[in-house]
Amino acid sequence: MISTSNLSKKYNTNIVLNIESLQIPKGQSFGLVGNNGAGKTTYFSLLLDLIKPTTGEIINNGVLVQHSENWKPFTSAFIDESFLIGYLTAEEYFYFVGELRGLNKADIDSFAGKFEDLFHGEILKQKKYLRDLSKGNQKKVGIVAALIGNPEVIILDEPFANLDPTTQIRLKQIIKDLAETKGVTVLISSHDLMHVTDVCERIVVLEKGEIVKDLETNAATLKELEAYFAN
Amino acid sequence: MIKRFLSLEWKSFLRSASFGKGLALKILMGFLALYFIGIFLILGIALYPGLKKIFPDQDPLTIVNSVLFYWILADLVFRFFFQKLPVMLAKPLLTLPIKTSKIVNFVLSKSVGSFFNILPLFAIIPFGVTLIFENYPFSSVIIWMLSLMLVTLIVNFLNFIIESYSSETELSYLPIILLVGGLYALNYFEIISLAQFVGNGIEAIYNFPALILILVLILIALYSINFKILRNKLFLDSSLKAKVKEVTVSNLEWTRSFGEIAPFMQLDLKLIWRNKRSKSSVWILIIGLLYGLFFYPQPTYQDMPWFFAFIGIFVTGIFLINFGQFIPAWDSGYYKLLMSQNIKYEQYLKSKFTLMALSVIMLFVLSIPYVYFGWKILLAHFAAAIYNLGVNTHVILLGGSFNRKKIDLNQRAAFNYQGTGAVQWLIGIPLMVLPLGIFALFYFLTGFEIACLSLAVLGIIGIIFHQKLMTFITSKYMQSKYKMIDAFSQNN
Repeated sequence: MISTSNLSKKYNTNIVLNIESLQIPKGQSFGLVGNNGAGKTTYFSLLLDLIKPTTGEIINNGVLVQHSENWKPFTSAFIDESFLIGYLTAEEYFYFVGELRGLNKADIDSFAGKFEDLFHGEILKQKKYLRDLSKGNQKKVGIVAALIGNPEVIILDEPFANLDPTTQIRLKQIIKDLAETKGVTVLISSHDLMHVTDVCERIVVLEKGEIVKDLETNAATLKELEAYFAN
Repeated sequence: MIKRFLSLEWKSFLRSASFGKGLALKILMGFLALYFIGIFLILGIALYPGLKKIFPDQDPLTIVNSVLFYWILADLVFRFFFQKLPVMLAKPLLTLPIKTSKIVNFVLSKSVGSFFNILPLFAIIPFGVTLIFENYPFSSVIIWMLSLMLVTLIVNFLNFIIESYSSETELSYLPIILLVGGLYALNYFEIISLAQFVGNGIEAIYNFPALILILVLILIALYSINFKILRNKLFLDSSLKAKVKEVTVSNLEWTRSFGEIAPFMQLDLKLIWRNKRSKSSVWILIIGLLYGLFFYPQPTYQDMPWFFAFIGIFVTGIFLINFGQFIPAWDSGYYKLLMSQNIKYEQYLKSKFTLMALSVIMLFVLSIPYVYFGWKILLAHFAAAIYNLGVNTHVILLGGSFNRKKIDLNQRAAFNYQGTGAVQWLIGIPLMVLPLGIFALFYFLTGFEIACLSLAVLGIIGIIFHQKLMTFITSKYMQSKYKMIDAFSQNN
């Protein structure tokens, strides 16, 4: 689904990302872990064509990301709060994103209804602008909006940070379902090793922009990761 | 400590993403500053001999004192529009072990060195020196000069109080207009003769130097009011405490008739209406629309038809200039979303274009009553509206592709001076002066009708090539996409 080759990003002489080759098949739940500055967000930003690669390319479902905008219809993402429009209410924001993805209001209403328990009654029909919601609730809105319109690729940067434990557990279930039953390719990054090993079939460890580990998740993975990061 | 603050300011200036563009503007501002200094200097030198010549039997000092009131009013208005309290981003400093009062004092005392306070010195000092040479008592003249400087500082701090008041209400320019207009009216209709009062006051200080203490007291009072206001705003949670208003959700179904750009138009309309910063462009609409009333009732301007086009451009294009120059910075807060969502750039820009074009048409229709002052005005406004539609809309959209300065809509009004200030008026100049030049040229060469026609033809050419121009503009935006994303995600 997503194939990365010879990708690198340099700021002046500082190499922040250098991936020789990375293939992510369709329907895989893919986890990216690494310390601060390892290049996780850089990689996601390159995937979304928000920054320009120094060398190399990413091909998303046959579309060369840096050259064509045709990856946009089947790709969606929530990276940070700059993906939210502060002066809209949650519903309006969902409608807006829905409209861009060819869904009408009724579609969105029934879609958002499915996340009622995730929202915990704090998001829909609140008559509040997104900028007035708490950080955690903003995050919920952003993540749910990234699921609108059945995208084939979903990119979530640090989805578990700032969320309460109940929501973290529900979100994990949602992400698992997406990959297992709907064949969606889900890419997430996280600092929380436990969550990633719970959710992802495959985990890649980045360090200073390079891939240092590429693991198929199994019972021993968490231990292995913990041992790695303890050093 | 002060040194450290200053170095912070200097770094934020040098290291901001808009540095290059900022530098060019700063050079331009530098020239403007030199120009004003020159004018004030000439004023200061020529004032005494000039007044002596025109009013031989009056004391020039008395005349100057008697018009001081008008200076104060004009100074207030200018400062309101051009001078902003130099608030650096003080919030990050709040959690550090620096006394809040120190930060506040620094911000306030920094404003004393503002250009607006230095400029009058270039007139006051030469005039004072002339007075001394003309054998006025030395010490009294020094006291007079000192008291004028104090008055300047009083205006300086009064302005910040007015600004902070108007930024908290949604009235934008209304408070300053009411205040200055009210004072002027009181004086003009001789209800209270303020001009005389101010003149006599300065005269009294000139005669009894001890009275200067009154000015010092006023200054201290204003400073401490400013101190209090700013001190109260400098809390991390003051933004949290603000009451969350209930939102009224509107459908804006009528935008559907614009087809595929409808979602963007809805977004833009909500953007304008729901954010304080952008809402002020709506208030400016009213001021812009009434702008013609300053000129047309006066016979002097009635005889200057070449000037009509300028007012026409302004009246029909006020929204265009005010809103348009911050495209795409209005959306800077969520630019990454727009760039990664399923959006065609062209639709996004087309929505902005449609909004501006609609505003021009609407403002032209609303300005039709100016026909009362003569049909020529209507004709000139019509030509100007077409020019706005065909040329200025495209120019301002193109200019937006060079925009690298973000506007943080989410920030509360207290610190939100972004995108206001002298620079925003400078950008409007070519949009208004160029058509004025073209119009005036044809007016003097061939006559009024041809001049109108020439503006209209330029506009129509722009409208004919709309598609081509938009494709070109879109490609410019595409080219600077990465740079914009990078600049908009910076904090300063």
